[in-house]
Amino acid sequence: MAKILIVAEHSGGKLNPATAKSVTCASKISGADIEVAVFAASAGEVAQQAAAIQGVKKVITVENAANAEPLAAVLAPQVAALASNYTHVFAPSTTFGKDLLPRVAALLGVGQLSDIMAVESEYKFRRPIYAGNAIITVEAPQDKKVVATVRTASFEAAGQGGSAAIEAANVSAEIPTHTRFVTRSAATSGRPDLQTAPRVVSGGRAVGSADNFKVIFSLADKLGAAVGASRAAVDSGYAANELQVGQTGKIIAPELYIAVGISGAIQHLTGIKDARTIVAINKDAEAPIFEVADIGLVGDLFTILPDLEKALS
Amino acid sequence: MSKILVGLKRVVDYNVRVRVKPDGTGVVTEGVKMSINPFDEIALEEALRIKEKGGATEVIVVSIGPADTQQQLRTGLAMGADRAILVQSDAAVEPLAAAKVFVKLIEKEQPQIVLLGKQGIDDDNNQTGQMLAALWNRPQATFASKVELDGAKAKVTREVDAGLETIEVDLPAVLTTDLRLNEPRYVKLPDIMKAKKKPLDTVAIASLGVDTAPQFKTTKYEPPASRSKGIMVKDVNELVAALKQKGLV
Repeated sequence: MAKILIVAEHSGGKLNPATAKSVTCASKISGADIEVAVFAASAGEVAQQAAAIQGVKKVITVENAANAEPLAAVLAPQVAALASNYTHVFAPSTTFGKDLLPRVAALLGVGQLSDIMAVESEYKFRRPIYAGNAIITVEAPQDKKVVATVRTASFEAAGQGGSAAIEAANVSAEIPTHTRFVTRSAATSGRPDLQTAPRVVSGGRAVGSADNFKVIFSLADKLGAAVGASRAAVDSGYAANELQVGQTGKIIAPELYIAVGISGAIQHLTGIKDARTIVAINKDAEAPIFEVADIGLVGDLFTILPDLEKALS
Repeated sequence: MSKILVGLKRVVDYNVRVRVKPDGTGVVTEGVKMSINPFDEIALEEALRIKEKGGATEVIVVSIGPADTQQQLRTGLAMGADRAILVQSDAAVEPLAAAKVFVKLIEKEQPQIVLLGKQGIDDDNNQTGQMLAALWNRPQATFASKVELDGAKAKVTREVDAGLETIEVDLPAVLTTDLRLNEPRYVKLPDIMKAKKKPLDTVAIASLGVDTAPQFKTTKYEPPASRSKGIMVKDVNELVAALKQKGLV
């Protein structure tokens, strides 16, 4: 029977919602025991939050001063040591999970599955390749551990109200000192988090400048939405890198996605195709974004956005 | 002698819209333009800049693939790499096997830095660099947007979900590149001529003595579920009405 270890992602004492989505993915394997591991300097708060996720059987804490920051080289040997009791090791396909899990897999001598979007069975999964232009069904060997990252946009977060036991674990692993954390410049916009927000307003190249991007922020604030950007807008310096949506940025699944001045390159579309409703505003009626939009409006964003804000007042 | 090893993967060109074969056995690659994986091109550019600033003496480009992969390696040589190694394999190689191949090359070449793209735009795996760092038992700095060398250390700024993170790693180390690390140079015609004279060694993958048998079996390829085309509205009022109808505002 499957016994699944999910590596919790957290920062500042808060569990990342991507963890609860990974739990949902794991719960698609019928009869699986699901346990969550929290690696931290001090795991208390995060462990409590993980224990409250529906479907989690046990939370394992691994406390070590070296685990204060999520460095893959430091965490991987500990995850690999803990993994001996499990058939599957999952983590969200965020920059945290993408950095960590391949290192874990290699230490375990197994391959890794990236971005699983559907579970067919204990050893059979579906995942996107070629920026989502093809979906493949992949079978992992049954005599090896399955190590996989979970495409979080494909799964709803598991509910709250669970009360899993919390257990401290000692893992014996050699922790390297060759990799050291220096600093992190986290965006503190006060806006909702792009990856989990139910509403997102994104701007593209047509916004034209970093200064002009304020029209995007303004509409987002009106809607209580998170702000995103196309690669072109980020490359041009109009928006910060962490706002990029697409194949190599964030993959999101909001209720409402408003794409403003975004032409809709396939690499961008792959990041939004799980959005419930896509609205496109673009002055080019031929833009590919209109092929996937549920509601399209052709026109100048600089007149439409202020009008839209007024109409929403 | 401080070397940088750069991985160049041959992939379907970024601008090609990839299609699934009607019988679901793969994607159409016949007659499709092939190029260097864009992230790997950024990796090579970074290696060349490090060398130009005196941080390395030799840049070696490496690829694993069929004989035709020589084209991409020649392009890498034309960009400015000093020599190339093709590990010839007609079968596709999974990231773990690719990492094992790199370990073999590292044992021979003893590089200070291995630079790879963060992911291939074909399989979108984003694994090889991390796996290599694990097998080599060395640091990894993935998704790099800035690399500063300081003697036996490197300070690397990484693009992470929260913003930017800076870590310090001891060399040798594996670095993987994100999009905004640099803008790769264009290849000039005289450089293409010069590249023809640069050494390109071919090694059969079987001769390296690593297990490259695939672990995973792909049983089906499907096109993605398409979104049905929606409605066009003619002004803001209609847009708001449509949003209200869906209960979105």
